[in-house]
Amino acid sequence: MIRPFLCIAASLIITAGLSWSTSTASEDLIIPEQVLEAQQERIDAIARASECTVAVFSAGKAGGGGSGVVISADGFALTNFHVSKPCGDHMKCSMNDGQLYDAVIVGIDPTGDVALIKLLGRDDFPYAEIADSDKVQVGDWCFAVGNPFLLATNFEPTVTYGIVSGVHRYQYPAGTLLEYADCIQTDAAINPGNSGGPLFNAKGQLIGINGRGSFEKRGRVNVGVGYAISINQIMHFLGHLHSGRIVDHATLGANVATDEDGGVVVTNILESSDAYRRGLRYGDHIVAFGGRSIETVNGLKNALGIFPKGWRVPLSYVRDGERFETFVRLAGVHGSDELIQKVQQGNIAPPAPHPDKPNDGENPEDAEPEDRKPAPRLLPGGLSLKQPVPKAIKGVFESRRGYSNYYFNRQNQNRVWQAHQSTGDFEANKAIWKLNGKTAQQGPAEITLDDEQTLARMATNEGNTEMLLDMSANLEQQLQPTGSGGMLVALHLWRYMLTHGPSRFGEVYYLGKAPWPGQEKPADVLVGTHDAVEAWFYFNATSGQLVGMEMYPDIGVDPCELSFREYKDVDGRELPFEIEVRYGDQTYGILQLDDYQLTAKVKEDA
Amino acid sequence: MPLPRQSSTGPCVVLTLALVLFAVTELSAQTTLPSVISDVQPKMVKIYGAGGIRGLESYQSGFLISEEGHILTAWSYVLDTDYVTAVLDDGRKFKAETVGADPRSDIAVLKIDIQGAPHFSLPDASSVGQTGDRVLAFSNLYGIAAGNEPSSVLHGHISAKTDLKARKGVFETTYNGPVYVLDAMTNNAGAAGGALTDFQGNLLGMLGKELLNSQTNTWLNFALPITDLKPRVDDILAGRVRRDEAAQRPRPADHHSLQRLGIVLIPNVLVKTPPFVEKIDTGSPAASQGLQPDDLVLFVGPNMVQSRNEMIEELSYIDRLDAVKLTVLRDQELIEFELISQD
Repeated sequence: MIRPFLCIAASLIITAGLSWSTSTASEDLIIPEQVLEAQQERIDAIARASECTVAVFSAGKAGGGGSGVVISADGFALTNFHVSKPCGDHMKCSMNDGQLYDAVIVGIDPTGDVALIKLLGRDDFPYAEIADSDKVQVGDWCFAVGNPFLLATNFEPTVTYGIVSGVHRYQYPAGTLLEYADCIQTDAAINPGNSGGPLFNAKGQLIGINGRGSFEKRGRVNVGVGYAISINQIMHFLGHLHSGRIVDHATLGANVATDEDGGVVVTNILESSDAYRRGLRYGDHIVAFGGRSIETVNGLKNALGIFPKGWRVPLSYVRDGERFETFVRLAGVHGSDELIQKVQQGNIAPPAPHPDKPNDGENPEDAEPEDRKPAPRLLPGGLSLKQPVPKAIKGVFESRRGYSNYYFNRQNQNRVWQAHQSTGDFEANKAIWKLNGKTAQQGPAEITLDDEQTLARMATNEGNTEMLLDMSANLEQQLQPTGSGGMLVALHLWRYMLTHGPSRFGEVYYLGKAPWPGQEKPADVLVGTHDAVEAWFYFNATSGQLVGMEMYPDIGVDPCELSFREYKDVDGRELPFEIEVRYGDQTYGILQLDDYQLTAKVKEDA
Repeated sequence: MPLPRQSSTGPCVVLTLALVLFAVTELSAQTTLPSVISDVQPKMVKIYGAGGIRGLESYQSGFLISEEGHILTAWSYVLDTDYVTAVLDDGRKFKAETVGADPRSDIAVLKIDIQGAPHFSLPDASSVGQTGDRVLAFSNLYGIAAGNEPSSVLHGHISAKTDLKARKGVFETTYNGPVYVLDAMTNNAGAAGGALTDFQGNLLGMLGKELLNSQTNTWLNFALPITDLKPRVDDILAGRVRRDEAAQRPRPADHHSLQRLGIVLIPNVLVKTPPFVEKIDTGSPAASQGLQPDDLVLFVGPNMVQSRNEMIEELSYIDRLDAVKLTVLRDQELIEFELISQD
């Protein structure tokens, strides 16, 4: 009889214990609504972020890989160049839907350590919402999602939470590659394998791509310092990355140093640089660049590091107390062959350690950087063994020198040209164009454009003149009228591109997206070479309309720029009725056109 | 701030709710981490000095503790030079003088020539962090920031409050005393001397040096509680461990000297050759008390000696009939000796 009693007693005690603990729980754990809401927001943000994060694995037998993030429904995804490189032309990407997707390389930015890849097989991928990373503040909560230590073989990404520890950080390149300019520093754990993965703000919006940490002597694990490439920088390069090219970063062509009074002073400048042609000289103080005020050398390196080669960026400088404002065309950090060679080299070495010394010496902007920071290490990827290329990849990959994947360049050439064709079919009728109008101030203008002749009668600074292009001679030496930089050649190439199309213009490639004055969004750019003259054609990325072109008769000289405005319909084709001609810092003139005559070609023997 | 969308059913309720929310967000807006951090950043100092060889970084962190430019930092080899540079948050660069140091608590106080500096007020004993408290660690770890770039900020918690016991072969540290153990990777290269605050930006402690537990091969992240450092800082500021008053002290006619104690220091090759023992004369007072070659003399009596010359001078103020107290550093351990002259 004792046993049942004991049992009852025991169960009583248990019940008592349970009810006691339940009552305290309900009394003590009144969780404020706001806390629950904040918790739910965090859960939702992490859930959304996890959906669009990918684990990148080498398609080969050997290990290697990292992380990435999908940024469009059709599967374009960002990762690090140092992750994509060991994978080669294609890779495998897993998502947390439990699927493994084939992915192909699109464009690479070796200097900025960014690669654009495309996941295949769906047109409804979950993708990340892009934030404005310039609004990120130190102390903001943020989280990294990814594949640290390649743990995501179960398709579940790892989430690490932290705060933003620093913004606008500058981390030195390894030689000239893998420079982290203007990057975001975080204490969210960034470990090997997180490379290429997303850094999100607390709302789950994409603010950067993780890729680097300060590791030092503690081995290659997180020590509380990770760096993410800012998403704003990547957005500047995204158009270029879509081109399937090996994309380059920019240089001003000048060395700068911190002045004694704290400013940034030009200590050397290449006479062949655009900055020099725009008036920048030795001893000038750079005070603003790319819309940012510049106070330090690192500030300038940060501002410069976020723009692609070839963009035109506003520059302000002060000389003798007077402030000058101009736009500078940015030259590449590398020669084109140099960059290709560097990309083809085997492993990418992490930056060599810099010896410590105080940072009060000269700091050349694009020569050897100031030696104050220990070298951060890149998160390792790995080498892979080649395997047969999957069928899905074969259709979307085309190898060509200078390109990471020429397939995407061709696609974009076609896209841009087809969008432009919607403004009129100029190719069908290779007409002779007769333009009648007047120059803004000086008088009448009459221009004839044809394959065989280009003729202009117009009032210029030198009075009424008649100009003729000799089509059999070198175009780059016929830059009339004087002071225009080659208006006639530019007009000739303009018509030639429109009537012959990219396929018969000469060698044409899709550059990507670049700003054009007066255009809200960067324009699609086709670059073509015809008769040894290079011309850049800027198309409105939405309407397909040609908004401008630049004609470069040579390397290291200013182009003749044409801005096309006031488009009107001419026989079912849209043509500009105002053309502004600019050369250097000046507007040469504005052509106001009254009419176009597009006459079908008359054979000479007819 | 976006207000909640009004519904047609109860605009009044929604409006009230909106007001409440507004008040709440307004309150929290004042104490968001970014605003707390931007208030602390101007008090942080980047310190550059000796080092730069054999993996010894030539930089560390510190923070301002007075309007007149007193800076609290870690006592380290970085300060072993006449040219210590302090760079403020706004990029201004100053030459920093060492006011004094207390190697026992691993701190040094520097001074720059400035007025009206933003600074932490050294808190009283009530400012104590508790285990589990959320904390921010400000420092220039890895020397990431330069010029006018702000220090780095890490976040974490106080995992434990405990005493750090230097143990030979395990924790090679000169500091013996209370610490906050942290769960964030705060104690990196260059982080020593950084500030530990709570999430409101109140000063809780000073980040310690890098410390490896050589048994487990793990790095300890810790800070020294400011309440324990304050009396030491006060001592330094009050001149109780200050050397520059020495000049006014009377010099006894018959005083101690290195020779009489039987100590031979390394040759005077630098402006500030550290007082390292090269040799101990056999049968001397130093030998009988157990001083050894390679000992580094830190203190003569209560006064810190940073060079060979300072030690010689300091000995000259002690009457030969009095005992000489020496504090030396041997294998990361502080050892005290009392030497009596033999006659």
